[in-house]
Parts: sequence; structure tokens; C-alpha cells
Amino acid sequence: MLRRTWISALAASAVLGAGLLAGPALRAEPVAADTFVRQVSTDVIDAVKADKAIQAGDVGRIRALVDAKVMPYVNFQRMTASAVGPQWRGATPEQQKRMFEEFKTLMVNTYSGALTQVKDQSVVVKPLRAGADAGELVVRTEVRGKGEPIQLDYRLEKAGEGWKIYDVNVGGFWLVEAYRGQFAKDLNAGGLDALIAKLAEKNKSLAAAKS
Amino acid sequence: MSPSAWRRGMWAVGAALVLGLGGCASVPEGARAPHDPWEGFNRSVYSFNDAVDGALIKPAAQVYQALLPQPVRSGIGNVLGNLGDAWTSVNLLLQAKPRQALETGMRVVVNTGFGLGGLLDVADEMGLERGPSEDFGQTLGFWGLKSGPYLVLPLLGPSTLRDAGALLLDMPDSGPSLVWKEPRDRNPATVLQLLEARVRLLNAGRVLDEIALDKYVLMRDAYMARRRSLLYDGEPPDDEPAPPPFKRLLKPAGEPPAAPVR
Repeated sequence: MLRRTWISALAASAVLGAGLLAGPALRAEPVAADTFVRQVSTDVIDAVKADKAIQAGDVGRIRALVDAKVMPYVNFQRMTASAVGPQWRGATPEQQKRMFEEFKTLMVNTYSGALTQVKDQSVVVKPLRAGADAGELVVRTEVRGKGEPIQLDYRLEKAGEGWKIYDVNVGGFWLVEAYRGQFAKDLNAGGLDALIAKLAEKNKSLAAAKS
Repeated sequence: MSPSAWRRGMWAVGAALVLGLGGCASVPEGARAPHDPWEGFNRSVYSFNDAVDGALIKPAAQVYQALLPQPVRSGIGNVLGNLGDAWTSVNLLLQAKPRQALETGMRVVVNTGFGLGGLLDVADEMGLERGPSEDFGQTLGFWGLKSGPYLVLPLLGPSTLRDAGALLLDMPDSGPSLVWKEPRDRNPATVLQLLEARVRLLNAGRVLDEIALDKYVLMRDAYMARRRSLLYDGEPPDDEPAPPPFKRLLKPAGEPPAAPVR
């Protein structure tokens, strides 16, 4: 069990990952990737700290927040496609749409748990590496709170004048990779339809547990 | 338990593992993850741990959390953290990272001296922030020893063959055992360490339950990715197999590793 202490850190910062995603709308002007990450993380942590309903895990409220302020900054299409892997290309548009919706619901549910964990943490954005004007890059941050600092990195792609997030790394573990591992068994056994059914069932039981 | 009892206990666990591994062909060939050839066995230990946790450890942690006020718990957390820092510092030295070893060593000196034996984390307020912890498994990995297969240990949870072996050194020579020589004093400290760790997991467990379709796989993948990331100080290379971390010492300073963009 001692070996699992880092998992608490992992969960606590999944929050801040969630937090970052939930940033307020940034104006469409050219902004450096690290500035983008810094602005949004600070704003979000402040917003979560100020909102008792979100801290208490109010799902409706979190869902509204995510829809209005997270989705514009995330290339969720790309995340879904790479979490599913090769089978995504063979899927019908209808399957893709259902998969997209169920995955999104699962992510929002994940956030609603994670957002309740934000307390006295702060985020330090590390200086950008070489090639800061590249089309795709990694911004590294560190979440400081009590105990060990937690690594929290973002994969960003250029989207017009701004940036979109297409993967998040919590303590060394990329989110897309995590879901690829979770999806593999159902995809191998019954294809995309089996996976969609599994996700739908999971989402239903989570919704039932909350109401 | 004395260190020698620890070693005997771990050997018994090792022997049980070897015997147990014979009978785990329950996972179909095609579905096996390459780093988890013992999945059948691991899953049964995982279920055992889960049951023990649900019946004993988690309720105890909840009682502990309810009984002790936050300042007391954070004092206990600081003392244990200070012991952890001491062991981290030793391992940093073994990994030929003198600067970080010195910084972490300074934390221990400052907190032990001015922080009432580690009760207060005064070093943190002085700007000496805690870095990631290092154990002997990481030191072995740093010098190129491969992790070997994933292995779930009874009660201790996720590990690998390498990290489980390194535990033989970690457990008797680190943490509470450094300070308390008598089992009478050390055992309560170990229990406290366990409870403190478990309390921090109370909320995390809920979050994990919500993310996971298969919690065993999530824990395994997270552990393997986390350990690999720690070995490379948070910047693991994309390729697998990759050169062992110590090779980076040989590169001229300032040359960054290849940018991990997919």
C-alpha cells in the first residue's frame, strides 16, 4: 500500500488537469504556448476555489462548465481517435459520434470527481524547450501543494492563432495512453460497438450513483 | 519485525510467488500485455489486496482521519516525509546526482535541526522544496537494470520484479527503521506510515473507480508509466527500448533529449 501513495498525488492533480481545461475563454490573439497554459491554469484554480458547488461535485454545474469552457480548448476528436486506435478509421460516422459522446460523458464524470480535490495547490509552468513555434509541442508544469510536487504536462497543437490540448500527462501517465489500455480488451473482444456499450453502461451506473 | 525477519518474510513471499506463477495460464494468449506475463497470478493477489483493504485498512484509515486533527496528522506526515527524504538523498548519491543529493540532504538537516526533528517542514518555507522521491529500485533502474515483469505484491501492491527485489533493501534500511531500532518502537511507526498513506488515498480511490473500466489494468499501466517517468526524471524517451538513464550523464550539459512530440 505504501507504494501507492503517488496515486493520491495522481488524482489530486488530475484535478488541476481538469482545472486547466476549464479555463475561461481566451481571446484569439497569438499567444505563446506556456503563457496559454499559465493563464488558463491560474484562472481555473481560482474559479474552482471560489465555487463551492463545484467543490461539492455538482455534476450539472461541472457539465455546463466543461461544455462552455473546456471543449473549445481541447481537440477531443483527436483524443477519442487515438484512444480507440486503428479501429477508429474503420468505424462508421454514426459509431464515431456515439463513441465521441460516451467518451465525453465519461471524461466529464471523471472531472466531477477530480475537481472536488482542488485545495491549496498552485501550478508552476516550466520554461519552453527548443522549437517553441512548432506546430505541436509539450508544455511541462508542476503542481505544488503539500508533499511531493506532481508532474502535469500537456500536448498542444497549433489551432489558428491559439492552441488546443490533445493529451494530458499526470505524474508520467498520458491520458490517451491510459484510455487505450482501458479500451483494448473490449475492442479486441467485440469491436467498437462492444466498447460503446461498455462505456454507456459505465456512464449509466455513475449517473445512478450520483443522483 | 527485525530486518532479518523482514528478509525471511520476503523470501517466503518470493517462494510463494514462484510456486504460484506455475498455475496462471488463465489469461488468453492474444490478450496478454507484454510487460505482464503473470497477469493471472497478479490479478488474484490484486483481488486479495482489495479485499484486505476494504475490510481492514480503509476503515482503519477512516477512523484515523476522523480521530486525529489535521495539524497532528500533518506533523506526522512531515516526520515520515523527512525520513523519506533521507533515503531519497542516499539514492540520489548512488545515482551520481550530487547536487540533488545535497539539496535533499540539506532539507533533512534543516528539518531535523530547526523543525523539531522533522515535525515542521521549515526547509520548505526557506525555499528548499521537496523533489520527487527516489528508492533503491530507481537506483538499480538508473544504472540500466530492466524492470522485469509487473508483479503485484501481497499487501504492498503494484511492483515489478526489480522493484520487489530492491524492497529487501528499502524496507529494513529506510524510513522508520533508520531511527527506531526496537521493533516495539518501529512497528507503530510503520503502522502510522501505512495509515497516513492510506488516508491520502481515500479520495483518490473514488476518482480511480470513476475513471476505470478495468481498475487492475489502470493501476498496472499507471504504475509502469509512473516508474518509467521517474527513472528518466520526468522526461522519458518515446522509444522502447530506450538507453538507460545513466547514459544522459555522459552527454554534454545543456543538450536536451529529443522533444517528445507525437
